[in-house]
Amino acid sequence: MTAATTSTSIHVSVGDVAATLALVAVAAGVSFWRRAELEEDIAIAVFRSFIQLTAIGYVITFIFDQDSLWLVAALIAIMVLFGAFTARRRARRVPDAFWPLLIALAVAGGATLGLVVALGVFNAQPRYLVPVGGMVVGNSMTAAAVALNRLGDEVAAHAREIEATLALGATSTQAAAPIVRRSLRSGMIALVDSTKTTGLIFFPGTMVGMLLAGAAPTDAVRLQLILLWTLLGSVALAGLIAITLAYRNFFTPAHQLREQPEP
Amino acid sequence: MLFELERVTMERDGKTVLQDVTASLPRGASCIAGPSGSGKSTLLRLLNRLADPAEGVVSYQGSDVRERDPLELRREVCLVPQLPALLEGTVEDNVVFAASLAGRDADVARLLDLAGLDASFAPRDADRLSVGEQQRAMLARALALEPRVLLLDEPTSALDEAARGAVEATLLHLRERVSVSTVLVTHDLAQARRMADWVVRLDEGHVVAQGPVREHLIA
Repeated sequence: MTAATTSTSIHVSVGDVAATLALVAVAAGVSFWRRAELEEDIAIAVFRSFIQLTAIGYVITFIFDQDSLWLVAALIAIMVLFGAFTARRRARRVPDAFWPLLIALAVAGGATLGLVVALGVFNAQPRYLVPVGGMVVGNSMTAAAVALNRLGDEVAAHAREIEATLALGATSTQAAAPIVRRSLRSGMIALVDSTKTTGLIFFPGTMVGMLLAGAAPTDAVRLQLILLWTLLGSVALAGLIAITLAYRNFFTPAHQLREQPEP
Repeated sequence: MLFELERVTMERDGKTVLQDVTASLPRGASCIAGPSGSGKSTLLRLLNRLADPAEGVVSYQGSDVRERDPLELRREVCLVPQLPALLEGTVEDNVVFAASLAGRDADVARLLDLAGLDASFAPRDADRLSVGEQQRAMLARALALEPRVLLLDEPTSALDEAARGAVEATLLHLRERVSVSTVLVTHDLAQARRMADWVVRLDEGHVVAQGPVREHLIA
């Protein structure tokens, strides 16, 4: 890939980072002034982001130094595992949501990275696979969580229609088809919309990062397009797999709608 | 007997809804009558395996329903739910969908006529019909399967008196035109007398009486 030719680097000091705490103070001040009661959450968010990003920074440095694809695979596996746990919390109404989410994130992450390497978009090197893998798993997690959250809500809201369709002798797949369609759409729509408006209403993170690092705007744009389009594929895969595996958990093998647990 | 229930117990949301129910329903027009919460609708759902009992056996034409393919059973023993629950799309879409499940082509105009709707309802959006019209569209959709048995769960409970009378007339007329047995769930004993020849009366999950309507539901 040409990505190697677009890389540049800038030095960011701890002092630069610390200076941006002034904007955090603005956020806390707004919360305090308007009694939004978010000061504590803002403090926790700032602390956690510092600890988590610093830690992952050291981990990535170690993986880059080792230049081992096994370590990349291990890191992505951990991301997939934590992603599935995190997404499950948002899909409480879906019975046994963990395994569909785990499989969805693993397949979406593996297939997407495999494809971009096979197409020659990125080299199979840690410096490409780690950041791209992180974006793919993160966006896939969000999409799968939103899709399953919607799926649980849809089944609860439309249990009557689902059972009425089953009562005609429809399979659980046929009875769930409308809610599966709506749930998949929910999972994908945020990224589709942001892809539509990118460059007009907002500049996406990768492009901003590259511009700040001094890359040529055309390179920044091309890399951003690669990532956006890659993410579209991975988000669609993750949503589809998560929903396809999860909706079955609402039904018995005899195509009966199970009693719905309290959320 | 068309259906037989032998020592059936059913729980829902952790509560016992049917307790040791033994009952029979013959061919023709039957009804399950009782007050709200007596387990009528739960019993109806057992007849075409929308649910299975915790204990006991439900038989259809002499064989345990669990030995039947549930999808084939539901196309033969079709349940029309209490409140309308049509799919997105037109009335015709709904009827054609049901017919396709049974591998049939739908004569939409005839099916609507059987359900008491004229053909002009076919292209209408199902969401925009009145409750009574939706109930009839549900009936037309069920008839598209050409079922042997129709399970009708309080088909008039959401209707005013005039609409209720019209739906009752449609159902009575239907049995003259189509060879189909019906099992009607109702809390209204007068309706049970008008609509059925055989009654199973439930109260708090127990069978309190069963037999010919003329013997058990004296006006």
